[in-house]
This record gives sequence, structure tokens and C-alpha cells, in this order.
Amino acid sequence: MTTASSADHPTRRDFLFVATGAVAAVGTAAAVWPLVSQMNPDASTIAAGAPIEVDLAPIAEGQDIKVFWRGKPIYISHRTKKQIDEARSVPVASLPDPASDQSRVKEGHDQWLVVIGICTHLGCIPIAHEGNYDGFFCPCHGSQYDSSGRIRQGPAPANLPVPPYQFVSNTKIQIG
Amino acid sequence: MSGPSDFQLTNPALKWIERRLPIMGLVHSSFIAYPTPRNLNYWWTFGAILSMMLGVQILTGVILAMHYTPEATMAFKSVESIVRDVNYGWLLRNMHASGASMFFLAVYIHMFRGLYYGSYKEPREILWILGVIIYLLMMATGFMGYVLPWGQMSFWGATVITNLFSAVPYFGESIVTLLWGGYSVGNPTLNRFFSLHYLLPFVIAGVVVLHIWALHVAGQNNPAGVDVKTEKDTVPFTPHATIKDMFGTSCFLIFYAWFIFYMPNYLGDADNYIPANPGVTPAHIVPEWYYLPFYAILRSIPNKLAGVIAMFSAIIVLAFLPWLDSAKTRSSKYRPLAKQFFWIFVVVCILLGYLGAQPPEGIYVIAGRILTACYFAYFLIVLPLLARIETPRPLPNSIADDVLAKSSGKAAPMVSTIIAIMVAGGLLFGGAQSARAEDQDVPPSVKWSFAGPFGKFDRASMQRGLKVYKEVCSACHALSYIAFRNLGDPGGPGYSTAQAAALAAEYKVKDGPNDQGEMFERPGRPADYFPSPFPNEQAARVANGGAYPPDLSLITKARSYERGFPWFIFDFFSQFQEQGPNYVSAILQGFEDKPPAGVTIPDGSYYNKYFPGHAIKMPKPLSDGQVTFDDGSPATVAQYAHDVTTFLMWTAEPHMEARKRIGLQVFVFLILFAGLMYFTKKKVWADAH
Repeated sequence: MTTASSADHPTRRDFLFVATGAVAAVGTAAAVWPLVSQMNPDASTIAAGAPIEVDLAPIAEGQDIKVFWRGKPIYISHRTKKQIDEARSVPVASLPDPASDQSRVKEGHDQWLVVIGICTHLGCIPIAHEGNYDGFFCPCHGSQYDSSGRIRQGPAPANLPVPPYQFVSNTKIQIG
Repeated sequence: MSGPSDFQLTNPALKWIERRLPIMGLVHSSFIAYPTPRNLNYWWTFGAILSMMLGVQILTGVILAMHYTPEATMAFKSVESIVRDVNYGWLLRNMHASGASMFFLAVYIHMFRGLYYGSYKEPREILWILGVIIYLLMMATGFMGYVLPWGQMSFWGATVITNLFSAVPYFGESIVTLLWGGYSVGNPTLNRFFSLHYLLPFVIAGVVVLHIWALHVAGQNNPAGVDVKTEKDTVPFTPHATIKDMFGTSCFLIFYAWFIFYMPNYLGDADNYIPANPGVTPAHIVPEWYYLPFYAILRSIPNKLAGVIAMFSAIIVLAFLPWLDSAKTRSSKYRPLAKQFFWIFVVVCILLGYLGAQPPEGIYVIAGRILTACYFAYFLIVLPLLARIETPRPLPNSIADDVLAKSSGKAAPMVSTIIAIMVAGGLLFGGAQSARAEDQDVPPSVKWSFAGPFGKFDRASMQRGLKVYKEVCSACHALSYIAFRNLGDPGGPGYSTAQAAALAAEYKVKDGPNDQGEMFERPGRPADYFPSPFPNEQAARVANGGAYPPDLSLITKARSYERGFPWFIFDFFSQFQEQGPNYVSAILQGFEDKPPAGVTIPDGSYYNKYFPGHAIKMPKPLSDGQVTFDDGSPATVAQYAHDVTTFLMWTAEPHMEARKRIGLQVFVFLILFAGLMYFTKKKVWADAH
């Protein structure tokens, strides 16, 4: 098929071919990078994902609100004493995704539960105040979360994640 | 594609597939074992180059479509956000925009090659006609693509070209309304053009498959124009043609990269950086350079319908070429008269391209008519006549003979051809630029830190420029494409993220609605854009004596002036791109209290030496001592103008430093790669010559 057959310098010829092929491979890989990288969030999307502040004062005990951060719904629940007690009385080791209630709230602000309201099964939005555990119920495939946002029953593999946030004052949090 | 193959597989799995779908045999017979004439020169590599360009255009186009918004109020802005915010968006857009020009350049070379070597003659008539169809599809695709950025040239190009169909008797108006989807060019037009611009490249790809199929049935033509007779006349496609095509392609990539990284706006029009305005037509409507010869033909006919017919005929006539030129000898190498007329025809096409960019007046109109006549005469008179009267020189017996005979000096004609093509190309490219002939002073060329292949922005100058903008320009001019966060971007004015955030906080930004449903003001955040001084265009006009102060974000790319012949050719090599900044800086310094004798300036306007028409609505904005700089730079108008222009060059192209830096890396790589390809090609071909 090929006819290149200079038997005199086989090694030099092979080196040339390998070098050319290697440079071509490097060039192709470098050219593919921008084509893939452009799919990542652009600069304006990243800038729009900056932290947000949420005022907690208007949320009465037993109520919850939904805010959006980076396009994700965040549930902020003002939990009742009963909800907190329920969440703390269950043995941690018996949970599918063991985590204590204390580890999911900020110390001294035990009544505030802040979780990303996206079911860890397949991304539906669970409904608050529903289900058997005084927490969240996902209507898509029946996952149930307790008043600490922990998975208790159903196909979801993990607890509702807690987003990065901090209290800037007693009644104000910054998410992000 | 070339009949039964002796392709044999040993791997049982591959055999199993091959029995059911003989795709490997097809690839083998079409692109590996396929016999290619051994005397092909580098003009034959343009087929491969065109395939690559189609691939590049489709790939970058599909990506750009992921970020583009085909909606009249958002299209222009979405293109700007591609080049400003999307990762490597500036690169992808430059590749696609310059890629169109490179695609056409390659197709013209490919077509002229076919013309010179008689590649349209029996048995390749269908092959040639398929090529003409591809070319027509390319023109339609290129035109619709140019409309998508929705700048002034986009909008008015769309208006003018669709109006060509209004020349059709009786149905003209209905056809145009049908094309527009409205009573004028507007959002429905943009939307369908986007849809078709996405569709047509795939149609082109389909016709290309037919084109290659027809090619592989008839076999390639060759510079000698004699048929392949024995196996000695050919070499296998792989590795010989493959490697040669790859070397040709890598050289073409170097040329292409020159535009992508160093001259991205050389082939474009500054007016297209002004958002589409249905109320104002640009002073000179000029199509992209690759349509200019046909545009010249259109304009040289004084009758509307006849002009349109002439323009379309100029392309359609190509399809009849196999029958217009009935000479038996294919290659012009052996046709002394046809060869001369071919080169005259090339010059005619280039001059037509030059005229297409000139204003339609005076000598240009007459020259256009003469050249239009020459264009058609070549096809309709010269070629049919030559076929009857010309005595061709004797042909070589075979391709092998031609290769042997060629060993003696053939460099000279090649070199002269290349020079001719380069001069011609330069003329044609530059023709597009040189349309704005005005009787006025040309802005002086200023020495800018950002000029040239290694140019960088002067950070201190940009920071001073921002101060001038904030304290003076921002009273009337918006800067709406720049967010405060951009001030902290790499390659920008060199502020830290914290400084940018502090600067943002100085501004009040309207936000809302809040929980009560009311709009409210809050301090600016880094993600906010510079607020505009007026809520809308009407408010701006009322406050400025009827004039609308333009947004300054793109001003240094949206303004230009004619460079003229031969400067635009030198500009290609020197990478001169600074017409915009020169103009802006000149305008700021060009005010004179008293207009020169004989010039009257209407009330409410001011004399400016460099403004087209000299009567500008903006009063002299800057005077000495108006802005104080902390770094001790002189508080003079000249310094203000220089600094604010530097700042505005950055706002127009925030990624310019990245473009030039990556450009250098790409060049080093491509030159290394082309060098390696050259030696690899020599090795592979060592025993074929």
C-alpha cells in the first residue's frame, strides 16, 4: 500500500513520522480545549452567581420560604420546637445517609434549616410540610425527607444538601 | 466510490461488519488505495483545504449557535456577549467570521484552478456543475450569516439583497414580502435567516459528497490534462495525496490564523459594530469582499431588472462552461492563447471586485460597464472562438512523461502566479475597506501601546481614561457593554476585584421588583453594567439637541476611515488596525472655535476638522485642566484624548491581549508543524518523483 521504502535510514524516517504525528496530536488536543471550554458557564453567568442576602425576619415559626441562588431553589425553614426535637431524637446510625441535625444547621440558630430543595434522586423539587417525617416529600418518585432535610424513605440516595451560607446578623443570612 | 475493491480484512469482527455494511472498504477504496495522478501541483490541495474549511465553519457555527440569540432586539448584544463573556468566545467568533472569507478565498482559487486546467471538460461536466451549485449555496449561506450579528451592514445588506427580487416583474413585491415575513426587514427575517444559515451548510456537505463521488468516478484531472493510462501515472491517495494535502492545509492555516489572531476586523466593515438602525442607511453599502465582482456587475447595468439578471447570469454562465469551451485540450498549459485570456479574465474579476467597493459614480461606472462586458465576453465569445481557432501545443504522451519533463525549471511561472494572486487578493480585500471616500482630513496616525502583534494596553493610561470617561463622557454617553467586574478582568485596566466592587458601589443601580412589587435603587455590584445617563433614546435626544450620543463601548471598532490604495495592502502585513482609535482621538482634538473661511456650520452644531461633513452636534467636550490626574500626567486635551481612547479600545475588545498572546503561541506551533509536514511530505514522495 505505502511505497515509502528508503531502507537506508529507517530510523530517521520513523523519527520524522512519529514527531510529525506527535505534534499533530498535541495541536489537535490544544484545539479541542476551547471547543469544550466554551460550554462552561460564561463570565456573566458566574458573576450573576454571586452570594445573595436573605432577610429572615418576616418568616414566622413553622413557615418556610423558597429563594433562588444560582438558579437553584433554596428552602429556608423556620422550624418549630417539635420539628427540631423530631430531627434530634432519631438515632443517627439508623439513617440511610447518617448526619446529625446539629451538623446541618448553624450553631445557635437551630431553628433555621437552609437546604437546596432539589431531590437527590433525579432533581425534582420536593414539597415542604409533606410526608411522614414533618419535612419534605418528593412527588416524582416518593422520596421522603425529615425536618432536617435528611433522606428517610424512598429511592433518593442522600440528604438534601446544605448550601454554603452564614449568618451576617441574627435575622439575615448570606447564601454563597 | 470507485468501483469494486480488493480490500481484504482478517479480523473476524471487522469482517462481520464489513459483510453487512462495507464502509471500511468504501473508505479504503476512496481515500487510501484511490489512485491519484502523480503530477498534481499544490493548486490541487485546495479541495482538501475547502473540506477542512467547511468542517471548521460547521463546528464553530454550531458552537456559536449555542450562545447566539436570533431575535432583533438581542442579536447584536448576544454576539457581543459571545466575544466578551463566553470562554474563548472571541476566538470562536473570529474563526467563524474570518473563516467565511478564507472559505471563499479557497473556493475562488479552486474554481480558477478548474478553469485554467480545464477540469470542467468531458467527462467531468457533472462534477463541475455540482461545484457551481456548492458555490451558489455558499453565497446564500455567507449572505445570511452576515445578517445574523444584526449590525448596520447586516441590516442594510439584507435589505438591499432581498430587494433584488423586487425586480421580478408582477410578483416582485410579493416575493420580497414573502422573504421578509413582514413589511420590511425585521425580526421574522432575522429568525428565518438564522434557521436557513444553520441548514444550508449541511446541504453543502451533502452536495460535497456528490461532488467527491463524481470526482472519484471520473478521476482527478491533472496539470497536463491527459488521462491516466497506466499505473505508472498514479500514486496511491494515502499516504501521498493525504500528506501533501495536509502540508497544503497547514500552510493555509498559517494564513488563516493571521486573520483570526491579528487582523480580525480587516475583512469586516466598521459599520457592522453599530447596532441595526432601520432609520439610517450607512453612507456606502458594501457587501463582503467575496461578492464584490458580482455587485459591480449589478451596479453597472442602469436598469433594475437587467442588472439583477446580469448579476445572476454571471454565476449561472459557469454551469454552461463545459459546452461553451469545446476545445479538446484540457490544460491551458498547452493552449497558448487560452492561457493569456485566462490571466486577463483573472485580472478582470479582480478589477470588478475593486470597482464593487467604489462609489457608483464617474469613471467607476464606465469602467464597470467595460469590465462587465469583458466578463461575459470571456465566456460567450472568447472561449467558444478559441476552441475553433487555437492550435494547441503537443500534449505529453502520459502523466509519467509530464513528470519527467518537468524536472527542468518550472519555478518562475509559479512564483509569478503567486505574486499575481497575492496582489490581486490584497486589492480585492482592501477594496472592501476603501469605500468611504469623503473629502476630509484623515486622522493622524497615533502611536498606540496596543498596536502590533505584541501590543499591550497601557494600564495607567486606561485608568486615567476611565477617569475621563466617568467625569466627562458619561454625562451623555453610555458604556452599556461593560460591567464593573470587567474592570478587574485580566488584560483590563488592572484593578483588583475589591477595587472593582468598590467602584461599582459608588453607583446607584435600579433593581426590582421587591416583595412589595416596587422598583428600588441599590448600590452597584460587580455584576452590574455601567448605568446609562438617559433612560431611553428619546430622552437622550431631547437633552442633546436632537442628536443621540452613541454608546461608547464599541466606538473604537465602529468608526473607521478610508486607507486607500496601496495602504490597505501594506496594512495587511504591518497589522495596522488602529483607524478607530486614531479617529476617536482625532475627533476629541479636532474642534476649532472658528470654522475655516467658506465653511458654514448650522446652529446647534460645532466645527470639527475630522468629523465627516465637519458639523458635529457634540460641543467640544474636553479642555485643558478639566480632569486632574493623580499620577502627575499632564492635564491637557491631548493627554485626555489619548487616555480615554486607550480605555475605549479596551472596552471595544476586552480580550485583545489574550488574542495576541494566544496568536503568538499558535503561530509558533503552526510554523513548526508546517515545517515538519514539509519534511514528512518530502520523505513520503521521495521515491514517487
